[in-house]
Amino acid sequence: RREAPGERGREGGSGGPGLWGRLGGEGEGIPSRHGVRCPRAVRGAGGGGEGEISPSPQCAHTHTPGCGYCPRSARARVPQVTVRDALNQALDEELERDERVFLLGEEVAQYDGAYKISRGLWKKYGDKRIIDTPISEMGFTGIAVGAAMAGLRPVCEFMTFNFSMQAIDQVINSAAKTCYMSAGSISVPIVFRGPNGASAGVAAQHSQCFAAWYAHCPGLKVVSPWSSEDAKGLLKASIRDDNPVVMLENELLYGVPFEMSEEAQSKDFVVPIGKAKIERQGTQVTLVSHSRPVGHCLEAAAVLAKEGVECEVINLRTIRPMDIEAIEASVVKTNHLVTVEGGWPQFGVGAEVCARIMEGPAFNYLDAPAVRVTGADVPMPYAKILEDNCIPQVKDIIFAVKKTLNI
Amino acid sequence: MRKMLLAALSRVLQGPAATAAAAGRTASRVMVASRNYTDFANEATFEIKKCDLHRLEEGPSTTAVLTREEGLHYYKTMQTIRRMELKSDQLYKQKIIRGFCHLYDGQEACCVGLEVAIKPTDHVITAYRVHGFAYARGVPVRTILAELTGRKGGCAKGKGGSMHMYTKNFYGGNGIVGAQVPLGAGIALACKYFGKNEVCLTLYGDGAANQGQIFETYNMAALWKLPCVFICENNRYGMGTSVERAAASTDYYKRGDFIPGLRVDGMDVLSVREATKFATEYCRAGKGPILMELQTYRYHGHSMSDPGISYRTREEIQEVRSKSDPITLLKDRMINNNLASIEELKEIDVGSSTDISACCPQAAPQAPLGLVAHLGAL
Repeated sequence: RREAPGERGREGGSGGPGLWGRLGGEGEGIPSRHGVRCPRAVRGAGGGGEGEISPSPQCAHTHTPGCGYCPRSARARVPQVTVRDALNQALDEELERDERVFLLGEEVAQYDGAYKISRGLWKKYGDKRIIDTPISEMGFTGIAVGAAMAGLRPVCEFMTFNFSMQAIDQVINSAAKTCYMSAGSISVPIVFRGPNGASAGVAAQHSQCFAAWYAHCPGLKVVSPWSSEDAKGLLKASIRDDNPVVMLENELLYGVPFEMSEEAQSKDFVVPIGKAKIERQGTQVTLVSHSRPVGHCLEAAAVLAKEGVECEVINLRTIRPMDIEAIEASVVKTNHLVTVEGGWPQFGVGAEVCARIMEGPAFNYLDAPAVRVTGADVPMPYAKILEDNCIPQVKDIIFAVKKTLNI
Repeated sequence: MRKMLLAALSRVLQGPAATAAAAGRTASRVMVASRNYTDFANEATFEIKKCDLHRLEEGPSTTAVLTREEGLHYYKTMQTIRRMELKSDQLYKQKIIRGFCHLYDGQEACCVGLEVAIKPTDHVITAYRVHGFAYARGVPVRTILAELTGRKGGCAKGKGGSMHMYTKNFYGGNGIVGAQVPLGAGIALACKYFGKNEVCLTLYGDGAANQGQIFETYNMAALWKLPCVFICENNRYGMGTSVERAAASTDYYKRGDFIPGLRVDGMDVLSVREATKFATEYCRAGKGPILMELQTYRYHGHSMSDPGISYRTREEIQEVRSKSDPITLLKDRMINNNLASIEELKEIDVGSSTDISACCPQAAPQAPLGLVAHLGAL
């Protein structure tokens, strides 16, 4: 079951047990021993079948580190924060820290945000700092960029990035290029943020991924968070950056809880732009991804681990400037590369990764051609069965890994 | 005796006037100037055209006071812009300026009238016909020409070119028609946010006036009462399309609908000045945005690649030149009201030509930026 807008749920986001259930791999979708439905549980001692809930406090789980699904995992209790709350915290902290920061967009103020990201902020900061706009993307984006040129630090929210296409001239020609055209005398410290890519059942005009579009342009930084830590740290870093930053969030991740360490909860916590994170160490193949598909990669890695294939999962975090060194270092180690993204295949993020790997030293370490796993090259259909097959699934990732490893 | 006293007095008072002129004053010219100096009036009052008003009870004053000092300053500025644009025409034909080059000659009264009515702390943004504004906002001619010729001494180190010139409180220089209008409202938003009683003049042309984003901007500026003066420089042609062929309503000062507007004679620097004073006062009083249409004319075509005579007649251009030229208008006013002498103004003419020609050797041999500097870092 996909998460509908505004809903929060333990199982939200990356698809509920149904998705994993389809895999047929051992242990997927089996409830935990704790009485809590834990999609990442694997069959352990006790042999509980699907649907069986045992009151035993013991946990025979194997979890990906920091997945946060199992509150009673062997790791020390770490607070769980949804991506939505993480973004809200980031906005609140940055609004408080710098008076020049303000948020504008449709429904961000009195509605608390179309996806409730800005919940409570208008009540706290008022009309001056949290501004509801009419449905005028080109107009309000231009206004936000002009405000940035004149010394403010706007956060310009697009209800989804599909609507940013209406305003793309302001993002590219006014925001991205001005610092260069003015030889540095005018800076544009603006953040464009909002949900990007496929959602659930919203069809073709509301499901496009813009990572490749924006990452193509010099003058922009483009970030794409996966976890709550990514979301909070990257939003804070983006607001503090003096360049225009496009932050591509994901609507299906908003309700997903992730562990957030003490450090990540602090007001000064930022995730540096331009640095990827290795979510899982591995030795046989490098999986490179961004945003929601990172979760799918981790699931695929869990399944493959049982077959003896150890995947290294890299969460790009930033699309532009891309941390190609991290990918190169990983490919040098694993000799195999699979890229995973939600966007369309042609001229995409995966294409860029592959091209750069070929141009760099890591090419000599590849034992097989790199493979891209992407969204299907069609406008997003509405019917669920069609939609599910238009985005990369865990089975597609597993298939791609096996293909590149020739197993 | 009296004559000696007068001569002595005028020599003393003449000090600043002497340094203002170009080098090489002859003794006879000094004599002429000193003889006439005390004959000049300090100021004069002129009748200016009444503005057409939209949603306004009262408009700007129909009289304007011009002091001698102001007159000379306006004249010199407009003449400098005129000569600079003509020089750019030459340089373009010599292929030293390349790409797009949109010239402002004929419209000088607009940028000068606007500039003298606002403060340096106010903000200005316009489209691509930008050389006059860059000069009025303080970029020296040498720096403008260096930018046009792609040299590192240019105001954008040669990275911007004709259409992308910037300086303090001047935001260009924007190539995408109409895109500068929301930007200008955003600057006005920042003015309101910071609370320093500044305004933003947001300019666009008759062609841009039909852009959708401008109407989106009108709406938000009015809704949020932004201190934004929208200014439509109507020079009758959007590239090759006359206003009648482009707009269902050519009353551009009314196009803001719920935003009050006024239509101003853009060939008269005093009309522009008074109207701008009126408009900025309106904004500073917190009443929200206001719209000014400046009726003006460009002598050149849309850009250097447009001869400018396929969609309008030479007779029309000639008629405007002879009857409404902004520099001639000011000159006649000053001479007829004894604010300046013909010789004095001629000196300014010659002086500005000389100054601009002097800038060219400076602009030309400067090297362009090194290639490494162009890519990546600034």
